[in-house]
Amino acid sequence: MADADVKAPEAPAAAAAPTAEAGAAGAEAAEEAPKKPVDPNFEPEIIVFACHYCAYAAADLAGSMRLQYPSNIRMIKLPCTGKLEVIHLLRAIEAGADGVYAAGCLEGECHYLKGNLWARKRVNYVKTLLEELGMEPERVEMYNMSSAMGAKFAEVATEFTNRIKELGPNPVKREGVNPHAAARAALGGVAMPDEAGSTTAVPVEEGHAE
Amino acid sequence: MITADRKPLDEIIALVGDNKKVLVAGCDTCVAICLTGGEKEAEILASELRIKAGQDGRAVEVEHTAAIRQCEWEYLDMIADKVAAADVVVSMACGIGIQSMAEKFAPKIVVPAVNTNMLGMPQEHAVWLERCGACGECVIGETAGICPVVRCSKSLMNGPCGGSHDGKCEVTTPEKEELDCAWALIWERLKSQGREEMMYINRPPKNWSKSSSGGPRKMVREEAKPV
Amino acid sequence: MTATEYKAGSNLEKILSEGKFAVTGECGPPKSADGSVIEDKAKILKGFVDAVNITDNQTAVVRVCSMASGWQAQQNGLEAIMQMTCRDRNRLAMQADILGASILGIKNILCLTGDHMSFGNHPEAKGVHDLDAINLIKMYKDMRDEAKFQCGDEMPVAPQLYIGCAENPFGDPFEFRALRLKKKVEAGADFMQTQCIFNVPKFKKWMEEVRAIGLHKEVKILAGITPIKGAGMANYMKKFVPGMDVPQEIVDRIAAKEKGAAQQAEGKALAVEMIKDLAEVEGVAGVHIMAVEWEPAVPEIVEAAGLLPRPAVA
Repeated sequence: MADADVKAPEAPAAAAAPTAEAGAAGAEAAEEAPKKPVDPNFEPEIIVFACHYCAYAAADLAGSMRLQYPSNIRMIKLPCTGKLEVIHLLRAIEAGADGVYAAGCLEGECHYLKGNLWARKRVNYVKTLLEELGMEPERVEMYNMSSAMGAKFAEVATEFTNRIKELGPNPVKREGVNPHAAARAALGGVAMPDEAGSTTAVPVEEGHAE
Repeated sequence: MITADRKPLDEIIALVGDNKKVLVAGCDTCVAICLTGGEKEAEILASELRIKAGQDGRAVEVEHTAAIRQCEWEYLDMIADKVAAADVVVSMACGIGIQSMAEKFAPKIVVPAVNTNMLGMPQEHAVWLERCGACGECVIGETAGICPVVRCSKSLMNGPCGGSHDGKCEVTTPEKEELDCAWALIWERLKSQGREEMMYINRPPKNWSKSSSGGPRKMVREEAKPV
Repeated sequence: MTATEYKAGSNLEKILSEGKFAVTGECGPPKSADGSVIEDKAKILKGFVDAVNITDNQTAVVRVCSMASGWQAQQNGLEAIMQMTCRDRNRLAMQADILGASILGIKNILCLTGDHMSFGNHPEAKGVHDLDAINLIKMYKDMRDEAKFQCGDEMPVAPQLYIGCAENPFGDPFEFRALRLKKKVEAGADFMQTQCIFNVPKFKKWMEEVRAIGLHKEVKILAGITPIKGAGMANYMKKFVPGMDVPQEIVDRIAAKEKGAAQQAEGKALAVEMIKDLAEVEGVAGVHIMAVEWEPAVPEIVEAAGLLPRPAVA
């Protein structure tokens, strides 16, 4: 399982897709001062691991309710957030995701009983790994919601995106690496295909492993 | 089983140094069972090392692999190619596995990613407690199946000492958690077995020459050696 | 082997053998190469105690070794009870040290397990614990009575030793404590000092169990007393010192007085009361006063308890 060389980012730091210049400004700002100015042009890439029974349904509901939430989030559906492992979260970060969160059922209501509790433990562990790496533990998070909570889904997506905007881009982001695809690849068969006709406002993009 | 705990990341990074090709080698026996250094954990460490390299702007190749057991030459044969391709091997095995790798693949640099800590067992899932001191002369037949060498903080042969209180040892863990007094446990179990009189025996001084204090030990099975 | 009927012929041994009520004290050596500290303490205690314990890296904090300070005390006219813990020395060093102590004229030796390294100022040290206290007592007994080293080799001149041990009547398992003392007596303990007593009823109960197995006749038991200097000290000992049983009434009694001289006076008064009470308990052969860094309190307490003058023995 050889991995691609990690190339030294050229100055200004290269970033994926349309946010190249904003990303560069963000990265430089990150090195300067603890309180970074929020770059209005930085559009974070955020990976969301959502469970089939609750969070993904809530996302659908948000879509049918025509609730606005940032298009920065890229969803990956899992049967349960309990299937999420530490490496999946790390691979997403390694591949340049600016923020990653798991969204599962409300505690005590997990369809598989305790999967969301395991997910929270693993998210907390990844926070400690990020701290060890000198990265902000706030880049990874766990949220809980029921399938009826479309508004909550939108709220979380907005809140988290704003959080990541303030943190700035992932310092190891690099050109040609797609965090969403990397996360899907890490999950392998665990990731469920997006439902056809789903009202989630996420465009179907290249690189989906089915 | 042997348990180990991962070293802090900056220690591992210091050991890796300027090497450009890194192989993180897990072991799928003891350290995998204690969730520290199996293939899963090797993959995680490899990812962390790549993230770190990315942050520092260094071009580093990090691969990961795992041996079924790093303490057997034949299992190491199976990962020899990957080792050959690396500048440095970061081994997540216990001290035995690391040393086996270092010897087999010498002069290849092999560094430890973990601190091997004890011979222990999972009292409950994800909690391991020290059980055996590998002292070379087991006395637990006389102490109701509880090891006084390593479960008593002072390795008393005739415990408890005056610091035993409410069944707890005067020593706490580094995290200030309580430790059971081994001799209180021994007394309780001997009572439950109706063997209190074993507590009254004045046990002689331990023969420490059988432990690692006597020098590195060796064991041979003549009847099993190849003809 | 000794020619007299005594094992070592120390002052302490003679007083206890004659059935007189003994008084011992305690001194902590300094944490430096300062030779004057023990001299000063010896001057305070001389004439008020029959012998004084010289602690051995107590609470795992490094101090001048017990042998050197013990020798100093004796040079200043105060008999020493040297201490030896199992934490810092292996059986070679323990035997070598006791031979040295014997040559220097030290006769009383208290054999202890030792507080764990983690309590002291060198928590990273490797604890030795080659032997435990019971092994140590037996080893010294065999050196004295059989003129043999622990390995069985013979020695031409045996050390003259009066062997002591410590016991904690308030440690757990409580039911086993009297039996643990029995093990020490079987190993060879001649005298015993208890940890400081505040819970007198509980101590009396323990003495019942000790008497029930006849131990009080085989070993000389000295009851430990620590005068309390203030409510803060009482509270600290109650909460933070392992194996200490300090009833709340004691803490309250001291706290009821004004901080400073009044609390100190109450602490001394309490100590005197307890000494008088314990002296009446069958099987208690003496008292061991541990006035931690408060040696000047000892003469006053000994006098008020009616224990002066100290017996002079041949």
